[in-house]
Amino acid sequence: MSLKNKLHVLKEKYKSTKYAPAFNALHTFLYLPNETTHGGTHVKAADDLKRTMNTVIMAMIPCLIFGMFNAGYQHNLAVGEIQAVSSGFFSSEFWTLANFAIGFWKILPLVIVSYGVGLGIEFLFAIIKKHEVEEGYLVTGMLVPLIVPIDIPLWMLAVAVAFGVVIGKEVFGGTGMNILNPALTIRAFLFFAYPTWMSGDKVWVESAVERTNEIAAGANLDAISGETILGSLAQGKEFAFSVSDMFLGFIPGSVGETSTLLILLGGLFLIFTKIGSWRIMLSSALGAIVMGLIFNQVVDAGIIAEGSKFYGLMNTPFWHHLLIGGFAFGTVFMATDPVTASQTNKGKWIYGFLIGFISILIRVFNPAYPEGVMLAILLMNVFAPTIDHYVVQGNVKKRMKRLKAKVA
Amino acid sequence: MGLLSKKDAKLITDPLADNNPITIQVLGICSALAITAQLKASIVMAVSVMFVLGIGNVVISLMRNIIPSKIRIIVQLVVVAALVIIVDQVLKAFSYELSKTLSVFVGLIITNCIIMGRFEAFALGNGPWKSFLDGIGNALGYGIILIIVGFFRELLGSGTLLGFKVLGDPIEKTGLYAIGYENNGFMLLSPMALIVVGIIIWVQRSRNKALIED
Repeated sequence: MSLKNKLHVLKEKYKSTKYAPAFNALHTFLYLPNETTHGGTHVKAADDLKRTMNTVIMAMIPCLIFGMFNAGYQHNLAVGEIQAVSSGFFSSEFWTLANFAIGFWKILPLVIVSYGVGLGIEFLFAIIKKHEVEEGYLVTGMLVPLIVPIDIPLWMLAVAVAFGVVIGKEVFGGTGMNILNPALTIRAFLFFAYPTWMSGDKVWVESAVERTNEIAAGANLDAISGETILGSLAQGKEFAFSVSDMFLGFIPGSVGETSTLLILLGGLFLIFTKIGSWRIMLSSALGAIVMGLIFNQVVDAGIIAEGSKFYGLMNTPFWHHLLIGGFAFGTVFMATDPVTASQTNKGKWIYGFLIGFISILIRVFNPAYPEGVMLAILLMNVFAPTIDHYVVQGNVKKRMKRLKAKVA
Repeated sequence: MGLLSKKDAKLITDPLADNNPITIQVLGICSALAITAQLKASIVMAVSVMFVLGIGNVVISLMRNIIPSKIRIIVQLVVVAALVIIVDQVLKAFSYELSKTLSVFVGLIITNCIIMGRFEAFALGNGPWKSFLDGIGNALGYGIILIIVGFFRELLGSGTLLGFKVLGDPIEKTGLYAIGYENNGFMLLSPMALIVVGIIIWVQRSRNKALIED
């Protein structure tokens, strides 16, 4: 008997037990169910929730693999094992097995913990609430390891995932009902709960914290540190990365968000498959550019003195803001989350624009929260239904007017 | 038990669970969010509210037939204000540090909706003994939630309970901290109090389905 048939037999066996949802989730992940519908008209489409989710995951895979290489690269660079990249994206210093091995063994546990805890809770809720397991966590589970610092302790990640899935999603009724993006809820929880592990110059390079502790214990080693570009700018420090480094992603940062190039490719893939909204991505970039330009103008007009603590970030050329930090990753993969974003086309423009605008605003004015895009997206998630309401009401009014004009 | 008749006992036990002022009536949330970062502050707040509500309910109940109904809110305010000032002065005199932690929130007991709510809903229509029991019952219901929230926030946020380092010393890395545990800073921020109250409401309503409103 083939595996497919075996599963169908098992399905009948589990049908009336309370584990049916858990079984069905695994079953439909591998094969289409064998039931056929009868009578009536049906829409036939290949893009169910699982396919949609898988497409987004596919778009993120390059970022994940790049993140593994980058983790090792940043570590080896910091300990002085290798030289900085010299010849563009395909530099031989970067794509080495040694780099990959370090990143792989560090990031794989993050992925496993994220999926293990998250899916475990989804299965638990499905069994308790007696509904089918929803696939919403598939994308969240992949996003989470990509947006945390490499050295985050696994138990913290597990606590945050549990919090994010239960409080961010399940209490509202599960997949499709959540107000806030669950992945960002998880990151925000980590950020406010364990700030020392989410910012500073130690957490972005693999084993920097460990080494600091070893030195404190008397080991004869050089301290390693790696501040993100945003962190350096907020403190008015110099950093040694060129614009091409920023664009290609050879910079310290959260695991998968450093390479703007690969994020852009992922974004194009999402637009091409019609899963991500190009309106949101484009308008976020516009919003960020507008805010960046305003700050550049403020500096040019001499309103802000060079000694001001805002000077470093305000003076950053406006287009650099699109390349550094998690801005690109956030707008492409998280602002476009169809559940929490605005639904109307006009609403998407407003929603996206405000995300970009507020991201840069938070970056500049609140150096304690260098990553503005997280808070900006969460804030706009809350406002998305309001934006939609007014867009819909505006349309209703417009059409009422037209109707009245016709009647009269 | 001859002390309390069944009906009177219900006045005390009802607000503890099925008619809890915080989780069911959703009153007094403001102070529940503001002062529950420490267990000690929660307990003091609970006792203060119990004093104000117990005595206040009796006073209002005694005066219920002579208060002109047009100005009853003002009279109620004067009674609460007088009691709150007593609490505030006592705290300042005997426990200055704590009164600084609680800061304006002692004064803000005046605006605690539970108090005015009980005056209006109960003390104006019932005798002093019943009003006293009702006041104590509601204050207990309020206090129990405050203490649960304060317990979890102090334990997970600071790793202490009433100031004792129950989880070990975070600086010298003893106890749980030796194996890499860290305090959860989010627990000390007010939003987490809201979430903890939310979880209590969730647990309570899933245990007793009759409490779920549509």
